[in-house]
Amino acid sequence: MVEFSLPANSKVKGGHIHPGPKDAKSRKTFKVYRWNPDDGENPSLDTYAVDTEDCGPMVLDALIKIKNETDSTLTFRRSCREGVCGSCAMNIDGTNTLACTKYISDVKGDIKVYPLPHMPVVKDLVPDLTHAYAQYTSIEPWMKSSTPAPERERRQSPEERDQLDGLWECILCFCCSTSCPSYWWNGDKYLGPAVLLQAYRWIADSRDDATGERLDNLEDPFRLFRCHTIMNCTKTCPKGLNPAQAIGEIKKLMLERQG
Amino acid sequence: MSQSYEIIDHTYDVVVVGAGGAGLRATVALAEAGLRTACVTKVFPTRSHTVAAQGGIAASLGNMGKDDWRWHMYDTIKGSDWLGDQDCIEYMVREAAPSIIELEHYGMPFSRTEDGKIYQRPFGGMSTNYGEGIAQRTCAAADRTGHAMLHTLYQQSLKANAEFFIEYFAVDLIMEDGTCRGVMTWNLDDGTIHRFRAQKVILATGGYGRSYFSCTGAHTCTGDGGGMALRAGLPLQDMEFVQFHPTGIYGAGCLITEGVRGEGGILRNADGERFMERYAPSAKDLASRDVVSRSMTMEIREGRGVGAEGDHIHLDLTHLDPNVIDQRLPGIAETAKIFAGVDVAKQPIPVLPTCHYNMGGVPTNYHGEVLTLRDGDPDAVVPGLMAIGEAACVSVHGANRLGSNSLLDLVVFGRAAGLRCADTIEAGAKQADLPLDGGDLALSRLDAARQSKGEVKTAALRLEMQKVMQSNCAVFRTGEVLQEGCDIMDDAWAKLSDVGISDRSMVWNSDLVETLELDNLMSQSQVTIRGALNREESRGAQAREDFPDRDDDNWMKHTLAWCESDGKVTIDYRPVHMEPLSNDVQAFPPKARVY
Repeated sequence: MVEFSLPANSKVKGGHIHPGPKDAKSRKTFKVYRWNPDDGENPSLDTYAVDTEDCGPMVLDALIKIKNETDSTLTFRRSCREGVCGSCAMNIDGTNTLACTKYISDVKGDIKVYPLPHMPVVKDLVPDLTHAYAQYTSIEPWMKSSTPAPERERRQSPEERDQLDGLWECILCFCCSTSCPSYWWNGDKYLGPAVLLQAYRWIADSRDDATGERLDNLEDPFRLFRCHTIMNCTKTCPKGLNPAQAIGEIKKLMLERQG
Repeated sequence: MSQSYEIIDHTYDVVVVGAGGAGLRATVALAEAGLRTACVTKVFPTRSHTVAAQGGIAASLGNMGKDDWRWHMYDTIKGSDWLGDQDCIEYMVREAAPSIIELEHYGMPFSRTEDGKIYQRPFGGMSTNYGEGIAQRTCAAADRTGHAMLHTLYQQSLKANAEFFIEYFAVDLIMEDGTCRGVMTWNLDDGTIHRFRAQKVILATGGYGRSYFSCTGAHTCTGDGGGMALRAGLPLQDMEFVQFHPTGIYGAGCLITEGVRGEGGILRNADGERFMERYAPSAKDLASRDVVSRSMTMEIREGRGVGAEGDHIHLDLTHLDPNVIDQRLPGIAETAKIFAGVDVAKQPIPVLPTCHYNMGGVPTNYHGEVLTLRDGDPDAVVPGLMAIGEAACVSVHGANRLGSNSLLDLVVFGRAAGLRCADTIEAGAKQADLPLDGGDLALSRLDAARQSKGEVKTAALRLEMQKVMQSNCAVFRTGEVLQEGCDIMDDAWAKLSDVGISDRSMVWNSDLVETLELDNLMSQSQVTIRGALNREESRGAQAREDFPDRDDDNWMKHTLAWCESDGKVTIDYRPVHMEPLSNDVQAFPPKARVY
């Protein structure tokens, strides 16, 4: 039998324990993945207790409180704090989501916080998304039209515009792609649900007439067809979008054009 | 310095600092013009705060009724309480329609009218025929217009093959004899220092909303460009004018767009009364933001606020057609659900005036070139430096910005700055060597903060500053309260030298980033509160209870404020440009501002 084990330097060890305030009214424990590229140490799981009576309702509120008051070395991305910028995507209680819209009270017991799975880690909760961004660029996500632009706007009926709803709202947080087992194993070649959702956003746009070219670009065993309809993407999307359906639509178009 | 830093050098024709709406629009224009351009940004472009803009972008397209750019110009000047420069405003409103058609051609997913044109909604202060009727001028992509615009501009910059330096934090400008020569940056991903030399540096770094305790702005809205300009010895303009958006969610501070009122939403007090009818009989809930925020504050003060503490107001959408909410306002329905626990179809949203936008910034002309007062010349150009977007003060917003004019400002002046560079600089021109001490200010500041071992935590001092600004420099102001605020700010400034951080690393050291950002927030807070104390009149967002009237004889002028390294603020002035750019429109002389 082949024996699988993680490389010795990637095993997550127990970390520091920060007990939090003694007089806390309502104590919640956060176990947070830590890794510092500078110190040569293994990753660890640090424990922080937070008084939720003295903290905002979201997991991001707790992480910021920890950083402000307990341990300023804790590192994570955050910006808008209202679920529109996609910075604070991370794995909370086993699910990829945005820390800024995830209620602390929705998690029973201790809250485990890890970076997005299967991406290289830069530090603590900060994953390296360079490859995912490059995949986004590879689908040429801009309008292509062979007709010269009119003087005014290109006309698009409300019904045609409706076709874009559920697609253009994607915030590129990559919660979906990093929840997809197929992307975990073949992420180098499979584009993953976030990028495919965007590929379909342009195919579905009545103003864009490069559908053939866009489908050609997806026509190989990996880029599109490594989607095995596992549906983790749709289940995890913090914006309630349905990448799996968009991928299904692209597959249908592929079949249709094969006749 | 306790240790030496290896420096990686770059030379570009132009460096854009910031990748929000303005920075990206400039980057696209520069790349298209064949100038070698680097866009340096501390967050991935689509995470910039432009993404959070909701309601729309104004242009007199006339898709939903007759419209005219002159009406838009009048509204903007009236909105600015006559502090906006009329030449710049004319430029902006005339460039509005082509700029938005261009965004549509880029593929921006605007909502549509039945005949397939861009959908336009009513917005505060936007009128027809010089104040007579309500205009439908604000082009919208549902209530996620900023998201649609920012992603579209990022896509265009990919198409144009623009070069990005992502998660690079700009530390300081490199100045030589009053000329900007480049910018020092720190790559968070690997901890290296990068020195950019360029013919032009364009600051597109956004506002400094995080100077306040409760703001709609992102955590990253720390006005880094304004901080860098002040440290470079340059003045900022009209910083006392801070816009409080009437409808931030009570508690969380998240924005609820004015578009809600544009679509028919109503503000109500504890008696259920539509109180805006009393304050603005004609425009009602769609009066200008400063007017609505003051009216709400008056209601709360007079005991008609809602909630257990009587300290906020209700925004009521329950009478709206569910289709309107579904089609036009899906984003705020989601935000209200998550952050206020409210189903907007059944319950009102609890809201409160919340710090939202900085009318002030780095003074520029309508090309985006940075201006200063030099040898009596109030329009002296600072060579090598430009500024656009919320970081800049053109000034098109004067004392109060109209809703949906900010996204417009971004694309119009982002594009203008790009065109100006294309006209004035030669691609690939040889650049002189940088001065030997060029990066010293940046490196010594970075190193000092990185090694700091003081007693004061960055987060604690930031909170102290935010609380002073919130309580002493908000919607209503008096000399006494402002003076008290200035004194507290001076005490806070003194603590800057006693800050200590824990993380000493160079890779993604966000402890250090927040400390460098705090420098930027502190200096801008200083010039804001000092400017507010200095300006003894009420105009737009500056409402002085001890000087309740606008004073055109003494105060029809822009404030310029410098901040020394010891926190001392010096104030001077520039005249307002009261003449338009062309002969196609008359100047609009000041008159009483009634909605």
